[in-house]
Amino acid sequence: MSIQHTAAAHIHRDDVASRMGMWLFLFTELLLFGGMFILYSVYRFTHPQDFHLAAKELNTVIGTFNTAILLTSSLTMALSIAAIQRRQKTLSIIFQLITILLAFGFMVNKYFEWGAKFHHGIYPGSDTLLSKPSGEILFFGLYYVMTGLHGLHVIIGVVIIAFMTVFTLRDVITHDNYVKLEAAGLYWHLVDIIWIFLFPLFYLIT
Amino acid sequence: MENHSKNHSHNQHGYGVYFLVWLALMALTGITVAVAGINFGRITVATALTIASIKTYLVLTIFMHLRSESKTFRVFVGVALLFLIISFVLLFTDYSFIVRN
Amino acid sequence: MSNENTLSNNENDVSYLEYKGKHSGILGWLLSTDHKRIGLLYLISLSVFLIVGVTFGFLMRLELLTPGRTIMDPQTYNSIFTLHGVIMIFLFVVPGLPAVFGNFFLPILIGARDVAFPRLNLLSWYLYAVGGLLAILSILLPGGPADTGWTFYIPYSVRTNTNVIPALFAAFILGFSSILTGVNFVTTVHRMRAPGMDWFKMPLSVWSLYATAWVQILATPIIGITLLLVAVERIFGVGLFDPALGGDPVLYQHLFWIYSHPAVYIMILPAMGVVSEIIPVFAHRTIFGYRFIAMSSIAIALFGSLVWAHHMFTAGMSDTGQLIFSLLTMIVAIPSAIKVFNWVATLYKGSIDLQPPMLYVLAFIFQFSIGGLTGVMQGVLSVDIQVHDTSFIVAHFHYVMFGGTGFGFFAALHYWFPKMFGKMYNIKLAKRVFWAMFVGFNTLYFPMFIMGWLGMPRRYYDYLPEYQIYHVISTIGSWILVPALFLMFGNFIYALFKGAKVTEKNVWGGETLEWQIATPPVHENFIDIPIVTESPYQYKDNELVLQTQEAK
Repeated sequence: MSIQHTAAAHIHRDDVASRMGMWLFLFTELLLFGGMFILYSVYRFTHPQDFHLAAKELNTVIGTFNTAILLTSSLTMALSIAAIQRRQKTLSIIFQLITILLAFGFMVNKYFEWGAKFHHGIYPGSDTLLSKPSGEILFFGLYYVMTGLHGLHVIIGVVIIAFMTVFTLRDVITHDNYVKLEAAGLYWHLVDIIWIFLFPLFYLIT
Repeated sequence: MENHSKNHSHNQHGYGVYFLVWLALMALTGITVAVAGINFGRITVATALTIASIKTYLVLTIFMHLRSESKTFRVFVGVALLFLIISFVLLFTDYSFIVRN
Repeated sequence: MSNENTLSNNENDVSYLEYKGKHSGILGWLLSTDHKRIGLLYLISLSVFLIVGVTFGFLMRLELLTPGRTIMDPQTYNSIFTLHGVIMIFLFVVPGLPAVFGNFFLPILIGARDVAFPRLNLLSWYLYAVGGLLAILSILLPGGPADTGWTFYIPYSVRTNTNVIPALFAAFILGFSSILTGVNFVTTVHRMRAPGMDWFKMPLSVWSLYATAWVQILATPIIGITLLLVAVERIFGVGLFDPALGGDPVLYQHLFWIYSHPAVYIMILPAMGVVSEIIPVFAHRTIFGYRFIAMSSIAIALFGSLVWAHHMFTAGMSDTGQLIFSLLTMIVAIPSAIKVFNWVATLYKGSIDLQPPMLYVLAFIFQFSIGGLTGVMQGVLSVDIQVHDTSFIVAHFHYVMFGGTGFGFFAALHYWFPKMFGKMYNIKLAKRVFWAMFVGFNTLYFPMFIMGWLGMPRRYYDYLPEYQIYHVISTIGSWILVPALFLMFGNFIYALFKGAKVTEKNVWGGETLEWQIATPPVHENFIDIPIVTESPYQYKDNELVLQTQEAK
């Protein structure tokens, strides 16, 4: 962050500031989803029965599987930082690649899950959905928007981590300068945390 | 680098710690799925959210190294969560008492 | 403040205006990560949008001169008040002081060479520019400009066929510009203060910018996602707010105001900071109650997030909700009042020098008090039922937003202009323009209080004849105010090219760090980072002012 085009001698690096900036940015992500959780909580409060019925359409097995995938990817992300701290560059890269792979796995599952819903005619604006009670329309509206935006964050995360892998390969990220990888990790863990809440709220209403 | 020690906090957990946390997270996921089938009545949602909060706490403190960051970071997280919680609580001072139609 | 070692003047160092970096010419500005140049980019773009917004406002006033049609048809009128709101709120008042003067002076005031993330800072400006272009696009594209009002209330905003989507995305992107500025400022204040500058030695405008930055970070994402959801609902027909799909339009209003009420503190807090900065300089007194003013900024940011639903008392909330929010609304007035009392206490027995910045600040205190106190009136549930959606509300928020933030912005411009450009404007003219502006402003907006109280609804194109006298007075006010605004800008532009050169460091006798460095500042602000030993605003019977003058 501190590469400036000035010739001055004071180019200084402040990793704490970089991490602080990243945390502050994550708060905005948290509240971005927070706004949708507010929406969810109110509609669930006003339409408890419809939410109950609508949630039965979701596949708990796929949901649980995806939770496990995302938690594991969080682990490998954390491990890649631990590895770079110990000067184990190759190991760090392997962990990053596994993280990316797991993220792909998550998205593939998501694709099949959404595909099945579309197949059953449950998608925004469809006649099947519009014939359902209003609480179910809202449930699926929120389901698509919240998991959709989360999925978008997963894709962005994959791109970011891919960049980090290139940086590690090129020794831009090294054992004593890895704040970029840390920031990417923070972002990835936040995506995980969002899912930790999405999972029980959508898949586990019984 | 002269500011070596300043830039590197002690964000150095061993591999083992991360694996343990991961195991705990998986176990909690299992628990939340298992108890979802049981009807606790009004506290069903509370149970799910409590487990999710424990998982979040683990991710925040260990994976995201919050435990080894300075106090400022922890205060920051507290402020952000407080703002979110205030929004929920105040919103429900309206919706809990609403009588429509 | 101790700064002996900072004052050594390096002959080789040129001002940031003439500094040659990697890029030259216009690119040297558009690609510069220098916080001062970015501040000026904002100043130019904000001024352009201010003029556009003022023009729309002027046209609205002209239309309301007579009942029925005066110069435009009702649909055009709806679009114009929407554009006036969107442009003024999202493109001028919200970015306003933090983007221009925060960027320019925050690092200098805490003794830093730049903000924490200079490139992110430049990205903020580009996001602002993209958002501004989208807003303009929403006017020009076929379909016609949005006609929803700046609040985009559901269900009309998902039904109307005008260009709501570009307007929504414009607001969303501008929100992110604002968030990134907030991230930058919080990190800068935490990590880049000069040695010795502990929290209670920071200038008060830094405190208010810091509190503002937190509100920007925490509240803006909520409106971001809400507006995005409206766009998604329009594009894909996803059921979220639209009652036809089971949604709850009142919930939209809640989410909208969870941001937009704290946003009014994004608008006013930095102006309060500027006032706290200017008053001690021109009253030649140490600020009264430094800690109270500093802490009240934090308190405003905190309480400001507890009161949003007072915008919705007539929208169909529960009685309990209404009572709680009405009560909380009273509380938020306390920290604002603390500030006003401390400013007035600073003036007491001061040796007041009525230079242009001070005139604007005094007008700020007067107008903000009217705007603030009428705000408390509206917070009272029973009164609000009477005045809600009348021009009483319009008068109230223009007294705060224009009479407060707008005048604060002009005060800051008059105060820091010589430091920023090394040129002095025509002070005599500036004072005359101020009086025209003051008279014009109050003539324009005060009648709105009266007619609103009598029942004149806001946003209406037509009205009953008994309200005409107030509309005529108000429109005459706009004929005084708008020329005064153009004269003010003319005075600055003339000064830029033909104004007297300023080379002295401290034109007003200020005590904060920006007055200890070269005019205009050099590229990196400080040749040596200062070591701060004293609190700001240490006036001891003009002693220090004299010392500074002798030192020259």
